[in-house]
Amino acid sequence: MTVEAGALRLPLVVWSLLAREWLRFLRQRNRIIGALGTPIVFWVVFGSGFGRSFRPPGLAEGMDYLAYFYPGMLLLVLLFTSIFASISIIEDRNTGFLQGVLVAPVPRLAIVLGKVLGGATLGFIQGALLLPLAPLAGIALNFGQVIAICGQMFLIAVTLSSIGFLFAWRTDSVQGFHAVMNLLLFPMWLLSGAFFPASGASIWIQAVMAVNPLAYGLAALRRVMYPPEIVANLGLVGMAPAMIVLAATTAIALALAVLVVRKSEA
Amino acid sequence: MTDSPHTNRSTPKPNEAPKAAGIHPPDQSEIMIRVEGLRFQYGQRVALQDLTLSVARGELFGLLGPNGSGKTTFFRILSTALRPAAGTAAIDGHDLVQNPAAARHRLGVAFQSPSLDGKLSVEENLRYHAYLYGMRGAAMRRRTTVLLERFDLDSRRRERVETLSGGLKRRVELAKALLPKPPLLLLDEPSSGLDPAARLEFWKILDEMRSDEGLTVVVATHSMDEAERCDRIALLDRGRLVVVDTPEALKKEIGGGFLTLHANTDAHALAASIGEQMGIQAAVANGRLRLEAADGLAVAARLMEAFSDRIRSITLGGPTLEDVFLAKTGRRLYSDGGAP
Repeated sequence: MTVEAGALRLPLVVWSLLAREWLRFLRQRNRIIGALGTPIVFWVVFGSGFGRSFRPPGLAEGMDYLAYFYPGMLLLVLLFTSIFASISIIEDRNTGFLQGVLVAPVPRLAIVLGKVLGGATLGFIQGALLLPLAPLAGIALNFGQVIAICGQMFLIAVTLSSIGFLFAWRTDSVQGFHAVMNLLLFPMWLLSGAFFPASGASIWIQAVMAVNPLAYGLAALRRVMYPPEIVANLGLVGMAPAMIVLAATTAIALALAVLVVRKSEA
Repeated sequence: MTDSPHTNRSTPKPNEAPKAAGIHPPDQSEIMIRVEGLRFQYGQRVALQDLTLSVARGELFGLLGPNGSGKTTFFRILSTALRPAAGTAAIDGHDLVQNPAAARHRLGVAFQSPSLDGKLSVEENLRYHAYLYGMRGAAMRRRTTVLLERFDLDSRRRERVETLSGGLKRRVELAKALLPKPPLLLLDEPSSGLDPAARLEFWKILDEMRSDEGLTVVVATHSMDEAERCDRIALLDRGRLVVVDTPEALKKEIGGGFLTLHANTDAHALAASIGEQMGIQAAVANGRLRLEAADGLAVAARLMEAFSDRIRSITLGGPTLEDVFLAKTGRRLYSDGGAP
C-alpha cells in the first residue's frame, strides 16, 4: 500500500482539502452566480449609475470614478469569496465533516492551509476573471501588470481567507459569522480606500485606514494599475511598505489560524 | 454468542468491588487499548473519573451507559478529539497525548453523525479521506474497490452522498473509517437511526470485516442489542466505570428470573398497587413493568390472580443488561419511555 511519509504528506493533505473545496464550489451553482454576479452588479450600479455624479473628495484631478472604483471591486470579489470559504468551515463542523479530518493523522498546518488556499484560489480565479473588464473602466493593462496584479490578488485572497478562517473556527453558526462579517470584514473593505480615498476623509477614518491591512493591499494594486501621474496624486503608501504590510498580515493571520486550531485540541 | 479467547471468564462474587471484574484481558501482550486513571471535566463538571481498563486485539468491546454516563466523553478521548485532563490512554502502545499522530494512524472512527460531504460522491468522499492518510494511487483504488464491493455500494459509487438513505450513509461512513486499514475501529451509536434490517446488514458487514482483518472494535452504545453482541462490555454511570465483563457473566451474576408486565392501564399505578398488595418492587421502563422474582412462575400466577384485569401480558425471562445496570447502579439505563 502506498502510504506517503513525512514531507510528501503535507501537500497531499492540503490538496485533499483544497480539491474538495473546489468540487463543492462547482457543484453549487448559486455560489458561482453569487460570487461572480455581485461585483458585476456593484460595478454597473455604482460605476455607471452614480459614477458620473458621485465624486468623493480627494479623488485625483482628471480621474474617472469608475477607474478609481475598479480595484476596489476586485477587492470586494476577493472578500466575498473568502467569506464563503470561511462559512464552509462552520458548515464542515456542523455537518460533521470536520471531525473526520480532525481525528485523521494530519498536521494542523495542513488543515489550515487546505481550507485557506481552497478559499483563496477560488477568490483569486474570480478576481482574475474580472481583469478583462479593466479597459471598460479606462484602465489599460499590459502583460507585466496583469502578472503583478495576479500575484497581489492571490496574496490578498490568502490574507482575507486566513482572517475569515480565524474567526470562523470558533464560530458555531453561520448567523454568528455574519456579525463578524458586518462588524469587521465589510468595514475593512469599506475603509480600505476601495470606495473613497483616505485623503478626503476625516482624521479618525484616516487613522483606521492606516492600520487596515486591506488598505495596503489596495494601495499596492493601485500602484501597479494606474499611470504614474495619477498614482502621484492619490497619496498612496509606497509599494515596498504596502507589500511588506500585506505579506506580514498574511503570515500573522496564517500563524494565528494554526495556533487557534492547535489550541482547540488542548 | 461464543466465548471470546480474550475475555475474562471468572465470575466475581457479589460482594467483590465492582471494578475487579475483567478490567483487563488476560493476555497483556495483546493489548490494543490501554487506559489508566483517565479523567475529564467540562469546566467544574466532572464527566469522567478514574477510568482504567484495557481492550484486547481483535476484541469487540462495548461502552454501555445512559446519557451523561461519560461514554461519549470516553469515546471522544479515544478518538483523539478530546484531550484527557489526567491519566493516560494509549492505542497500540502509542500515547494519545504524547504521540497523537501515531495513534491516529491506527484509528478509524465512524461517527454517529456521519463525517461525509454530501456534495461529493461516495467515491470522492473515500478518495479525499484516503489522501488525509497519505494513501493514493493504485493501492488506494484497490482498497476502495474492495470496500465498495464488501459494503454493497458499488452501484452507488458515483452518487452524491446527500441523495443516499441514512442506512447507506452509515455504510459509507464505515467504509470511509476502514479505508486506511486501521487495526482499531471506534463506532459511535452505529444503529441509531437505522431500521432493523439496516442494523442487521450493518453488523453482518462489520462481523465480516472483523474476521477478515482482525479488527478491534470499540462501540459506544445505549442499545441492548448492540451491547449483547460484544465480547466484553464496560458499564459506565455518572462518569465512573461500574463494571467490565462479558454480557453473559454480567447477567449470570445477578441471576434470578425477571417478569415483564404489559399493563392494560397506567403502568405506574399498577406498579404502586403491586408494591402495596404483594410487597414486590416493580420498576417501570418503556411503559412496561419489570420485576425480579426468583420463583418467576409462582409470582406470575399470583399476579394474574390479583390483577388479571389490569395486566395484558406477562413474560418470564432471564435478566437483561438493563437489569444488570439497575442492579449495579440502582438507576435505570433508560429514563422512562426514552428507550430506543
